[in-house]
Parts: sequence; C-alpha cells; structure tokens
Amino acid sequence: MSITKEEVIHVAHLARLEFEEVELERFAEQLAEILSYVEKLGELDTSNVEPTYHALNLVNVFREDEVKGSLPTEEALSNAPEKENGFFVVPKVIK
Amino acid sequence: MTWHKFPLSTQLELLEKGETDSLSLTKALLERIKEKDPQIKAFIKVTEEEALKAAEEADRSRKEGEKRPLLGLPLAIKDNICTRGIPTTCASRILANFVPPFDATVITKLKAAGAVILGKTNLDEFAMGSSTENSAFFPTKNPWDFSRVPGGSSGGSAAAVAAGFCAGALGSDTGGSIRQPASFCGVVGLKPTYGRVSRYGLVAFASSLDQIGPITRTVKDAALLLQYLAGPDPKDSTSAPKEVPDYLSALKMDLRGKKIGLPKEYFGEGLEEEVRLKIEEALKVFKEELGLEIREISLPHTPYAVATYYIIAPAEASSNLARYDGVKYGLRVEAQDLIAMYKKTRSQGFGPEVKRRIMIGTYALSAGYYDAYYKKASQVRTLIVRDFMEAFKEVDFIVGPVAPSPAFKIGERVDDPLKMYLSDIYTISVNLAGIVGLSLPCGFSGQGLPIGIQIMGPHFSEPEVLALGHQFEEILKLYERYPEI
Repeated sequence: MSITKEEVIHVAHLARLEFEEVELERFAEQLAEILSYVEKLGELDTSNVEPTYHALNLVNVFREDEVKGSLPTEEALSNAPEKENGFFVVPKVIK
Repeated sequence: MTWHKFPLSTQLELLEKGETDSLSLTKALLERIKEKDPQIKAFIKVTEEEALKAAEEADRSRKEGEKRPLLGLPLAIKDNICTRGIPTTCASRILANFVPPFDATVITKLKAAGAVILGKTNLDEFAMGSSTENSAFFPTKNPWDFSRVPGGSSGGSAAAVAAGFCAGALGSDTGGSIRQPASFCGVVGLKPTYGRVSRYGLVAFASSLDQIGPITRTVKDAALLLQYLAGPDPKDSTSAPKEVPDYLSALKMDLRGKKIGLPKEYFGEGLEEEVRLKIEEALKVFKEELGLEIREISLPHTPYAVATYYIIAPAEASSNLARYDGVKYGLRVEAQDLIAMYKKTRSQGFGPEVKRRIMIGTYALSAGYYDAYYKKASQVRTLIVRDFMEAFKEVDFIVGPVAPSPAFKIGERVDDPLKMYLSDIYTISVNLAGIVGLSLPCGFSGQGLPIGIQIMGPHFSEPEVLALGHQFEEILKLYERYPEI
C-alpha cells in the first residue's frame, strides 16, 4: 500500500492540519505502513456481521427537562483566546 | 515516619485512629515530591497550596465528627481529567494554558469523599501513547530504572504511585493506558467496565473506549477508590444505570472452584520468556493456593485487535479533537483568515503522534474509505466482543500478560509508531469489548524490573476480579517492595 503526497495534503486539509515538505514525506511513509498493517482485517469475512459502535448496548437515556444552573458567560469565555461583549471573536469569515 | 510506604487503606486507618492527621501526611508526601520528582518528573503540576488547604479542611471536618470515606487521603490526578481552577493540559501545547471552569464528575466525587488533590500527572499527549514520551512537556522516568519508560499513557500517575509520592492516583485507559504503566511500574491498575465510571470531564480521546480508573499500590486500595468513583451520572449518558456493589466486602469472597481461561493467543510469539515464566508461576498460585481451575481457551480474533483498534481509536480521536480550533479555549495562532488560523493553530499545537492519529482517523472516515476502514473495523470489533462472550460461558476469568515485555528503554521505540502500537496487543481487546481488566504485579525480571499480570472479567465483574487480585496479592505481598530512589 502506498499513499501519495497529494493524498496526504488532501487528508491534512480535511483535518485542518498543514505539514512542511519533509514532514509530508515522513507522514506518507508512516501512514502507508500503518494502513498496510490494518489491511489484514480484509482477511476476515464480515459480510453478515453487525458493526459494534459501543461496548454496552445501552439505549437512550431520558430525563425530565428541568431548568438548572449553568456556567456564567464570563466563566464559559474565560479560556477564549479572543472575546468581546460575551462573544468569541474569530478572524473575518466573509470575504 | 515512612508515610510514602503506606497504602491508602493504612493511611486511612491511621487517620481514623487519630495517629496522624491529613496535614502531616500531605506535607510529608509534598516533601518527598519536592525531593525526588525532579528526577522522575511524574507531575506536570503540584498543587501544593490547594493540597495543604484541603488537608487542613479535612482535619477540621474530622475533628467535627464528619465521617467521609476518603477524608484527608492525598491522591494524584492524570492531567486529562478536568479540575476546576487548576490547569488541565493533556500534556499538549494546545491546552498548555487551559484552566477548566468545572470539575470532572470523578473529581466532584473524590472531593465529596474528602480526598486531597496533590497535583496533576504527566501523560502521553491526549493519552495517545504507551511510554509517556509523547508528552509535549517532558518524559517521565520509571522509578525502578531511570533509563526506562514508565509506560503510558498514564505514566505519570503510575510513576507517582511507584515512587511513593502518593498511594493512589487516577488514570484513564483507552487501549491499556492504566494497565500497561501499572505493570511497568510495579503497581496496581484497574480499567473498569465501560460505563462503570462517569467520563464527564475526562478530555475525550476515543469515546467508545475511554474509561477512568484507579492506580494504587494494592488491589484493596483499587477497590476502595472504585467504590467512590463508580456509579451512574446524569452528565454522562454512557454511564451505566447500575447500582454500585460493595467492592471492599467482596474482596473476601470464596473463589475456590472458579475457572480461569488462558487464551492461547496471549502466549504465542512476541511474549518475552521472563514474562511467560512469571505468569506461569502466578498460575500455580491461583491453582494450588487459591483453588481455582485453569484451562486453555481461544480468543481467535486476537491477531486482529491491534489493527481494529488503530482504526477505531484514531477515527474517534480525529472527530473528538476537531474541537481544538483556536476559538473557544487553548492555543490560537493568528492568521489572515479562519481556515488558515485553524490550520496554524492545530499544526503548532499538536505533537507528531496526535497529528498521526488525526490523520489516520480522518483518512479512515473520509469519503470512499469509510466502509473499507471504519465500518470494517467496527464489524471485526463485533467478532472480538463475541470471542469474549463465548469464552465467559466457559470460564469466570481470563488471565494473561499485560505487556509482552517489562519496561523498555527511553527512546527505544519512539521512531517506530507501529512497533509502539504492537506493544498494546494484550490490553486493547478489553477496551474494544468494554470488559474489566486489572493489572497487578506478579514478579520481577532478572534486571529487577516489575512484571504485571492481567485478570480480565465480563462486564460489571469488578467484585470478582478485584477479589481474585486481592487474594493473590496477599500471598505474594509484592506491594512491600519499593524502588530505591
């Protein structure tokens, strides 16, 4: 299994990451090695097997819709890199 | 007084009898941390001031006749568990300055039970790793041999308990992150049933696998802590709506005639001879001294567990870690537009292993690959779960090694991610199936390194698994051995 540099760049964009040239090559190699190892799962016939997404078969949990206390805005924003008038501030989105 | 040598249950007894107070105990441990931790580096942050205050309060409460179950006991907390007002970094640059405005449910519970928090312990960044070398801040050393890793990802918590900085700590276990460091450091680590302990406030890595559990010197202490950690939590809808049994009184249950299964897949290629020998000696104890029956079993899909895990865990991680975007908390690296800001922030904030897992996960979940990787791995997960369910029809426990070798050298595996992943081979199936896994010392290698044994049991079998571990440790009494530091 091999992964091209272009594929790494595409996946990195999806993950909102960026890499320098040297890193790209190293990642392409390491990802290919790990994904090749993972290909052994193909040895198993799973055509009639239900997937498991959760270890316990818990069903939905319901509760009464009660009004309870919550974090004050100031505390909720206390770790924000930039804030203004009770809002998070982000770089301009609309061009 | 050699405070650092006492397990939690002894500390509690001395406190209850009035032979010491929490302030003296806390001061003694803080003193030891100050003296020895610069070499070991188990702690990211020691919360001395808060600890002394909590200890004084505990002593005051005790004088007033309060009978809280862990009153005045000092504990350490893995730094991926949120503590209100105390930085919670996940050993990542992206959260280096994050101060949670809330406590994780386990912290709320420990505080209510009267525990004193000594500090926050080191880990592999976001709990991704098996050696604590992936911490963005510094590696932790194994107290038994400073040239070796303490295991990971809860390496700081395991090293802290082994070094006698505290008799109990919290860890988290997604693929072995409590059990493997416990094994490498010669202490006890319990991964409870998925859902037994609330995950609210545990910084999410892989939500269908993560579970908080205790790291202690004795199995009895693990039972003591679990008693006050376990239970349903309205803030975690995946916590099991199930009553918490009395773990301490279950320790004495009669286990004669119960059956232990030895999965032949856990004793094959890759297992170091010394580890195999110690496990075999332990089996003799189970059989001859404790009267259990031992038989060989098979968990046929074991060879696929690592591959399954390294799709499912990174897939969940890539989605969970999308929240670190430089907006709500954590690092922000400025850039001209929003997407560039995300990319710069995340690329500078995450270390190489975290990026690697985000990349694997994103790849496995991306258009065109979802069925081939994520769905396929989730189907194989079903086969792994079935292996255990079939086995538990025949036997009460499954016993095997925790790791293929004792603690390895610092730097030995850091450049070979796949080799590092393969060292998790005996622990990850337990997380995939959500069952109980207990790691406890069963001997030492020729070089004096601790070797651990793993006891696995079905969902919610903590009382039985802890009882077996406790009865075993009371015969060998390995908890009496301390590293010379």
